[in-house]
Amino acid sequence: MRQPLAPTPTMRKVFDTPALLLSTEHSLCPGCGEPLAVRLLLELIAQLGVRDRTICVAGIGCYTAFPMLMDIDVLQALHGRAPSLATGVKRVRPDAFVFTLQGDGDMASEGLQEVVHAAARGERVTAVMLNNGVFGETGGHATATTVLGQHTKTTPGGRSAERHGHPIRMAELLAQLDGAAYVARGAVHTPAAIKATRQYLHDAFQSQLDARGFSFVEILTMCPTDWFVPPDKGPGWLEENFRGVFPLGVVKQ
Amino acid sequence: MAEAAIQAGCRFYAGYPITPSTEILEYMAARLPQVGGVCMNAESEIEAIGMVWGAAGCGVRAMIASTGQGISLMQESFAELANAQIPVVAVNMCRGQGDYFQSTRGGGHGDYRFIVLAPSTAQEAVALIQEAFHLADRWRNPVLLMGDFLLAHTSELVEIAPPDEPPLPPKDWAMTGASGRRGLTLSPLGPSQKLSTDIASALAQATDKHAAIRAAEPRVDCGQLDDAELVVVAFGFPGRFVKYAVTLARAEGLRVGYVRPISLWPFPSQAVADAVAGARRVAVFELNAGQMVEDVQLAVLGRVPVEFIGGISHDPSGFGVGPALRVEHILARIRDVYPRAAA
Repeated sequence: MRQPLAPTPTMRKVFDTPALLLSTEHSLCPGCGEPLAVRLLLELIAQLGVRDRTICVAGIGCYTAFPMLMDIDVLQALHGRAPSLATGVKRVRPDAFVFTLQGDGDMASEGLQEVVHAAARGERVTAVMLNNGVFGETGGHATATTVLGQHTKTTPGGRSAERHGHPIRMAELLAQLDGAAYVARGAVHTPAAIKATRQYLHDAFQSQLDARGFSFVEILTMCPTDWFVPPDKGPGWLEENFRGVFPLGVVKQ
Repeated sequence: MAEAAIQAGCRFYAGYPITPSTEILEYMAARLPQVGGVCMNAESEIEAIGMVWGAAGCGVRAMIASTGQGISLMQESFAELANAQIPVVAVNMCRGQGDYFQSTRGGGHGDYRFIVLAPSTAQEAVALIQEAFHLADRWRNPVLLMGDFLLAHTSELVEIAPPDEPPLPPKDWAMTGASGRRGLTLSPLGPSQKLSTDIASALAQATDKHAAIRAAEPRVDCGQLDDAELVVVAFGFPGRFVKYAVTLARAEGLRVGYVRPISLWPFPSQAVADAVAGARRVAVFELNAGQMVEDVQLAVLGRVPVEFIGGISHDPSGFGVGPALRVEHILARIRDVYPRAAA
């Protein structure tokens, strides 16, 4: 095992695990993109100084392994239900910093109605959707964002428009609603995409802190396990199959 | 009931219109903002219970009301609210009394219980809704009030005052933002302490208290039992009709008494067993196909025969207020059963 370099007077630490992450021991698969997104969230909460008034409402998916590792208050929701819980939280604690953490199955399949109405009401919360186009936790089944041609265990020949319908573009859908103040789509498959996504999350959080309305960031994340590719092929698979369907960038601000 | 809830400290309400519970939503929409509270007209019952979950999870007294159909939609959340030990107060203004099983057994998954209270008058509803908030906080367990169409749509004079409550444990589990402490998780799936994987203990905590609730919280109203050959058991607003029918039966010389369970869970099994100890027969009247009768049979354990004298009864409105609720009808059923008790 490689030993860490001994510190010298000219060396300084420029990268570390997030201060709000209590342990790095998580159960997610090699090559998964979700820990990268969670890192960005925890870093920004610390950077914005809102940790003491943060309440996260977590959905159900692989990322549900993280609440027990995050040194913030987390209200665990049922699958699909995070936006209504977040509404109740924010309405009784208007000074709290409230964000939801959901996957594409959670938000776009099970709970689509919830997030649409929360956005339309302009709830002053930030909704974060980790989109890998597949139910990862159950082992690779089609969601509302599975792209055409994508092989899952419930679209064995690949998703077909005729048989399974089309994927939903959540960022564009929610951006149409008058209560949505900030909407963006990022990804975590390249350093440049991670950097841009960090900015989107920052601006979404700032939008909530400025009480502008509902803010939403969709983050494309790798799921090599349920894309049935080796871990190191995840970023390339995302670039090749998702980028044409889910354009990156700010959709509304 | 809505005003009584507010005076008991309710500051959050979410609901979806449905007869006969809509008046609570209307009242809350107008009144809660006046006391610094929040009322949400949610997009469905599923979202309404989610909003109540969020508010109650922050430690705020929160309430929801609907009727059986809407309550059915909330069952997934009901089960998990109990597992997460989040105190909410729910009101089911049933159509008829067909939701006894739904209220006391629940249609949700897993091991859970709601404390269930059934008022028979508007004044009792005032008292029980206030008590419901106290019990929910005391036991960290949801409480459901099971009412009915008549309770919802009968005007009666009531006195409402803020309740005089004994001290309650602090809500140190509530979501406040983790100022000055480590973050907490409030979850139906596992422990509140970070890094803990002791799921079994967390889930056991939510159910281990059931025995204590069964011992402490049964509530019952009974009368005319001293020499009763026949005991009639009924709950809720129909229990009031039965009480009157028993008085009429007494006037005819029939030795009849009544038992009205006020808490449906925990069911007042001991009180029912004591009440029927000297009787020869038990009759159960409820506006459904026979649901509470099973709890009465369990309480009596075969020592006395139990007959069902209720039934499904609707007028054309479909709200469960049919001819079976007429006192003359109930009295006729009592006269019909009585010879078998006095034989």
